[in-house]
Amino acid sequence: MEKILEVNDLHVSFDTFAGEVQAVRGVNFHLNKGETLAIVGESGSGKSVTSKAVMRLIPNPPGRIKEGEIKFGDRDLAQLSEKEMQKIRGSEISMIFQDPMTSLNPTMTIGKQIMEGLVKHQNMSKSEAKERAVELLKLVGIPNAEGRVNEFPHQFSGGMRQRVVIAIALACNPRVLIADEPTTALDVTIQAQILELLNDLQEKMGTSIIFITHDLGVVANIADRVAVMYAGKIVETGTVDEIFYNPQHPYTWGLLGSMPSLDSTDEELIAIPGSPPDLLDPPKGDAFAPRNPYAMKIDTEMEPPLFKISDTHYAATWLLHEKAPKVEPPGAIKKRMQGMAPSEPIIGAKDGGKNV
Amino acid sequence: MGRYIGGRIISMLITFLIIASLTFFLMKLLPGTPFNNQDKLTETQIVQLNDKYGLNDPVPVQYFNYMKNLLSGDLGVSFQQDGREVSTIIGERIGPSAYLGLQSLVVGTIIGLFLGIIAALKHNSFLDYGTMVIAVLGISIPNFVIAGLMQYWLGVKWQLLPVAYWDGFAYTIMPTIAIASIVVATIARFMRTEMLEVLGQDYITTAKAKGLSSTAVVIRHTIRNASIPIITIMGPLVVGLMTGTLVIEQIFVIPGLGEKFVNSILTNDFPIIMGTTLFFSLLFIIVILIVDIMYGIIDPRIRLAGGKS
Repeated sequence: MEKILEVNDLHVSFDTFAGEVQAVRGVNFHLNKGETLAIVGESGSGKSVTSKAVMRLIPNPPGRIKEGEIKFGDRDLAQLSEKEMQKIRGSEISMIFQDPMTSLNPTMTIGKQIMEGLVKHQNMSKSEAKERAVELLKLVGIPNAEGRVNEFPHQFSGGMRQRVVIAIALACNPRVLIADEPTTALDVTIQAQILELLNDLQEKMGTSIIFITHDLGVVANIADRVAVMYAGKIVETGTVDEIFYNPQHPYTWGLLGSMPSLDSTDEELIAIPGSPPDLLDPPKGDAFAPRNPYAMKIDTEMEPPLFKISDTHYAATWLLHEKAPKVEPPGAIKKRMQGMAPSEPIIGAKDGGKNV
Repeated sequence: MGRYIGGRIISMLITFLIIASLTFFLMKLLPGTPFNNQDKLTETQIVQLNDKYGLNDPVPVQYFNYMKNLLSGDLGVSFQQDGREVSTIIGERIGPSAYLGLQSLVVGTIIGLFLGIIAALKHNSFLDYGTMVIAVLGISIPNFVIAGLMQYWLGVKWQLLPVAYWDGFAYTIMPTIAIASIVVATIARFMRTEMLEVLGQDYITTAKAKGLSSTAVVIRHTIRNASIPIITIMGPLVVGLMTGTLVIEQIFVIPGLGEKFVNSILTNDFPIIMGTTLFFSLLFIIVILIVDIMYGIIDPRIRLAGGKS
């Protein structure tokens, strides 16, 4: 499979008054053509920072890409000048943001906001761009697109605004779309519609998607592959089936265990004890060790390497070392893993009406 | 929108009448009489003068007469400049004041916006700190002090600019700087804060993610949104500017309305006090209305709330 984007050993730090916060500490992943890669993890795990680093949208100062490369085709995005990067942003790599209520300019019509990218990257005239904007609004399912193109964001509902944001991102047929928690701020029925829309658009346009989320239900619905992040590192990566049916990292177990399910009522939710480490002073060894009931002595001393489970499945935990005791995930989580059906949408995407 | 403006105009009229009444009664509390050299006048002359100007009537009757004339557009005649219409006097005095006010407002706003934008874009740099020092100085030093210092250094010591009077563009420079300083300072500070606020908004990240150049992001997305609150402070600022002009006109001996206003109070020239006060009030009220309408033009969310008709 053709790799369209490859991130190698990415380090991103923020210089604060308290010191250097190492938000991303050596992340490796790649994105294949036409696939959806989900990056999951709890708040502060570095998933948003990673995606913003790919877009080079980290405000500098205080943020900076300390080391690592972001290979996009034959270019290294980490090394490009701001000018060269502007040519890529919006045309080859686009981004959708979390909160549609705040990610549109309140004083500009949505038509103009869509047209900006077209005029900049595709040298379209104003009238061509406007036609294309109407087309895009239709594509993302906004009724009466001709009329609504001249309206302002406050005249749209949250779900409709997110569609507009998607239209902006897709305006120039980007090869990579980064969706940073695009459904988090929406209610569940609208979430389902937006996910369905993204799935449809991906099929039509062949875009590769990096999908950032903390919601495993969404992951099951949309992703081909999953990367689990914790404390600025990827701790486990694999296909959706591998992550949901055969998770190896105790943190992934924790994530699966803490996910509520609509199917049964007798299961208990298992919380991961403790809180993520302070990245101002990252712990020695495995960052997850203090919260890990299966932690061994070595976890506090040495960072685990990525152990290979299959060609596509890797996990960074000493439990996979040949000398480690064999550990089974807790019963409740095992039961849940069996109940997990990634091929079936967890939320009823197909049932959502078009009216938002 | 039409209905909204109609309603506003009615409330403006009521405000205007209230101001007129209050000013009238307050003015009647002023000590002294309108006539110079009163000790040289005989009793009969004073009675005659008072009769002529209706000052012997009870205050409520005077008030009633004044309001009646006011509503028919008659501001009365000056006591000091015998028999001249108040409206004529205002008319011939308004020129320099309006010129000075507008010039200060325009220059001050442009420089203020420019400094505020630069300070925000170069946040935490030398330029930022420099601008804010200017802003703090502009706000904390009263404009009559700036005027006096300029007169001394630029006018007397270095002989660069005329010290006072009103005779061509060179004469407007120092008064304009004195009046505009507070405008520059206020707007620069506000604009900086608003720019920083807007630059941190999600839609700025969206704009950057579209691949727009930083200039396009600032011009198309930041400045417009940052200027919405600036429009709000423009109202009080213009009002402050007008009152500032009163003093500055005195200092630079500019034959403007402000100078006339101050002198009319000192000499108890009742019709002029009333005329100029009402004129300034009317201006304030209109400025506030314009600010509200501007608000709607620049921010579509408010335009809609005002009613789509």
